[in-house]
Amino acid sequence: MSETKHEAKFQLDREINSILATDCGSTTTKAILIEKVGDEYRLIHRGEAPTTVEAPFEDVTAGARNAIRELEELTGKKFLSDEGVITPRQPDGSGVDIFLSTSSAGGGLQMMVAGVIKIMTAESAQRAALGAGAIVMDTISIDDGRLPHQKIQRIRHLRPDMILLSGGIDGGTITHVAQIAELISAAEPKPRLGIGFKLPVIYAGNTAARKYIKDILSEKTDLREVDNLRPVLEKEVLGPAREEIHNLFMEHVMAQAPGYNKLMKWTPVPIMPTPGAVGLGMQNAAREHNMSVIGVDIGGATTDVFSVFGDDFELFNRTVSANLGMSYSICNVLLEAGVANIMRWVPFDIDEGDLRNRIRNKMVRPTTVPQTQDDLIIEQAISREALRLAFEHHKSLAVGLRGIQQARDAGSAFDQTLTGQSHIDLMKLGMLIGSGGVLSHAPRRVQSVIMMLDAFQPEGVTQLAVDSIFMMPQLGVLSTVHPKASAQVFDRDCLIRLGTAIAPVGPGREGQETMRVKVTYADGKVVEETSTFGTIKALPLAVGETAEVEIHPGRSFDIGHGAGHRATITAKGGTDGIILDSRGRRPFSLPDDKATRIKKLVGWFDSMNVYPPETIARLKKAN
Amino acid sequence: MAHAYTPGLKVTEQTVIHKTRRLPLLGEVLVKEGDLVTPEMVVATTNIPGNPQTINVANQLGIEAEDVEGVMVKKQGDQIKKGDRIAYYKAFFGLMKKEVLSPIDGYVEMVSPVTGQVALREPPIPVQIEAYVKGRVSSVIPKEGVVIETKGAFIQGIFGVGGEVQGVIKCLAKSQDYVLDAADIKPEHKGCIVVGGSLVTGAALKKCAEYGVKGAVAGGIVDTDLISYLGYDIGVAITGHEDVPTTVIITEGFGKITMAAKTYNLLRDLDGWVASINGATQIRAGVMRPEIIVPDYVPKHKAVDAAAYAEGMVPGTPIRIIREPYFGLVAEVVELPPELQMIDTESHVRILKAKLASGEIVTIPRANVEIIEG
Repeated sequence: MSETKHEAKFQLDREINSILATDCGSTTTKAILIEKVGDEYRLIHRGEAPTTVEAPFEDVTAGARNAIRELEELTGKKFLSDEGVITPRQPDGSGVDIFLSTSSAGGGLQMMVAGVIKIMTAESAQRAALGAGAIVMDTISIDDGRLPHQKIQRIRHLRPDMILLSGGIDGGTITHVAQIAELISAAEPKPRLGIGFKLPVIYAGNTAARKYIKDILSEKTDLREVDNLRPVLEKEVLGPAREEIHNLFMEHVMAQAPGYNKLMKWTPVPIMPTPGAVGLGMQNAAREHNMSVIGVDIGGATTDVFSVFGDDFELFNRTVSANLGMSYSICNVLLEAGVANIMRWVPFDIDEGDLRNRIRNKMVRPTTVPQTQDDLIIEQAISREALRLAFEHHKSLAVGLRGIQQARDAGSAFDQTLTGQSHIDLMKLGMLIGSGGVLSHAPRRVQSVIMMLDAFQPEGVTQLAVDSIFMMPQLGVLSTVHPKASAQVFDRDCLIRLGTAIAPVGPGREGQETMRVKVTYADGKVVEETSTFGTIKALPLAVGETAEVEIHPGRSFDIGHGAGHRATITAKGGTDGIILDSRGRRPFSLPDDKATRIKKLVGWFDSMNVYPPETIARLKKAN
Repeated sequence: MAHAYTPGLKVTEQTVIHKTRRLPLLGEVLVKEGDLVTPEMVVATTNIPGNPQTINVANQLGIEAEDVEGVMVKKQGDQIKKGDRIAYYKAFFGLMKKEVLSPIDGYVEMVSPVTGQVALREPPIPVQIEAYVKGRVSSVIPKEGVVIETKGAFIQGIFGVGGEVQGVIKCLAKSQDYVLDAADIKPEHKGCIVVGGSLVTGAALKKCAEYGVKGAVAGGIVDTDLISYLGYDIGVAITGHEDVPTTVIITEGFGKITMAAKTYNLLRDLDGWVASINGATQIRAGVMRPEIIVPDYVPKHKAVDAAAYAEGMVPGTPIRIIREPYFGLVAEVVELPPELQMIDTESHVRILKAKLASGEIVTIPRANVEIIEG
């Protein structure tokens, strides 16, 4: 899964002291102002306004102007003229040095991908599309189990923004990829936007088949050719296909979306799909902090998961769970997870019918917020399941190339691994970053901690953080032209450090000692603590502080160096310090008996101060 | 944000409504600006390419893909009938004969010497767009469709299932909190749009389907009743294409919820009028709510100044509370403190104080109310 860095087509020709960036989301347009303060780039202000892609406005720049106008009010400076954002900064102080934007408005980038073999070229095409920031509506392949006419009907029914077609290694057989092209031709697919336009199809398959693909598709579609994304079976080259997806996103999708022609003129840098920009931000974070990263953005309609693993952080994967979200798609969480899985996180009795109606009412009125503690607890229970399901989905796709021959030497002959191994190794995970309303705006930061721990089950030592105001998209696109400014703002203003979690892995019994820790603070103070199986608690370590932590796991417990092996780490502080999570990993399980389960949950919430004391007291009393 | 509250659903006795009627592909518009139209009148038409079928002739005849062109009896572009021989192959001096017959009426679209596949296509499928509402063509979008303007009563629901239908409104609810049950639905309601109060039951919907009732409107529906009515669960709030005999529109939410007085009173006044309704709901980008349109309705009451709601909420604005712990209650805004305030969840949000019908004054996040618009 090699990922080529987004090529910046824009070269800076001036010193950058002020940056304005917008992210036009499907409901809200967010603007941030970054300025150089002394030697550092810092976030100065943010503004937001409803997105205006839809009727009655049908002009994305109206929402962008409103969001920027909030910045004008907050700073007392002028950034807008009739033509757009004033660049560069003028002698009178008006304007900024550069304006940038990302967008997911109007449904974002919606693609269909096709390949010959489901777990090979089709899977590579899917990774290329997801990495570029697309929602993949369907994946068609010769062996996907559907009959030709069913595939044709499906292609006809969907109206994607573009299709990515792959198949075959260079110089290999052309019959199968031609067959897929013929299905596409027979379906005569139409693009989602721009009635009367031809649908763009990117061909990234066997180069020897190009002539045939041209014969089959050039008349009915807007056909583009790029390098084969699987030139040989053992290699995946996603860069050229992703680059062409970004080009077409600008040329076709953005150009058709209301007002984007104007917005595109405001900025010298191509507008990036929001998830593509977030992906860049995650990759930058991994390199910057020299650790593997998992990031999640849980929205109202979709949940995106990003992961960056590998010795050189070359294993980047992004998945989007298009129907897992906290408002528009909340009923789908109920459908996929089931009521029982949601209820297991709720520490009180609630009628199932009442819960179902509440969830449906959130779906039809997505902008409402919980007003009571019970409602908040329910919403956070649902979010755990949405996050868990999205992560399961991610793990199933973030895998190595499948169905290939692996070169082995004599030494590895007895240590053979299967192809298609997961790239996700929770024990090697360095940092888990959460984003999206339910995580970024939880009333207590510790609620984000516990939601992420429960959903992702990180193992060993993991730093936890949330994106404070979801500015990762703007920082992602900024990194293509000014990596330093992007990195500084990311570290100082974007991330809110929650703390460092230590979770020993291994089976245990209630009350068994899982680890002893010795924390040496910067001022020399030493605290020793013993953690027992089935418990969670936090030791203080404030944001910006670090401490040396000696961890002595119990004989059957592993924190990353083998069962019973001790380690010394430098823990980074956060709002919730050092979290000793001994509730169990592989397996983590909640008691089946309702009363015992509720008692357990209330105990954890009490120990971590997840909810106010009066709520905890009420929950204890009720049970 | 300047306006943090949810804009309300429209419930108005008289307004000017514009409906855009657009073809899925470019085609022909059959009416011109200024024409008067009725709901069932076709205003635009086009042909969608017919369904394709692919046959692997090379496989069926046991020959190489490159030889397929030579054995085709029907060539690219030729018209075909179901059962026609489209390919014929003989070998061994005629001792071995094989043929491929057409499974459809249509024409041969493509013969592939690369894969040996032959694509056949059925005749084009005509698609017609109807006016949906009685009104006047206010503008024509060349080759795409029209905008129809009508004046009348307009009610938006919160959620619906089922597509566009027309019928006479029959208000069966005796009060705002009336439960519309199976016993209320009679054979004479065939073709009508029936109105309940706080709830339409699953049994009532079953009867509606049995008697051919076109639409059912009520304050609420129980989640599990909706699932049994549809035969499946809805995960994402995009509806309108369900294959259901009766279009359902709920005005308040899920569960038993008293219909807002304004909605109920208007629907009661509309008893006997012909309405065009659509259950289509889309709560993502491009919000679409289910609707009830009654063209030509003459208001019985003095019109409310629409500008009264243009500036958002002010003390005295009627609102509906749309989340627990006061979900479904109607109230009146008393105070709108500008600063953020901490609520029970410990979140800091913009709030308002509202007076409930009982006289109690309560604090509610502004995001949890909607204006009852006129």
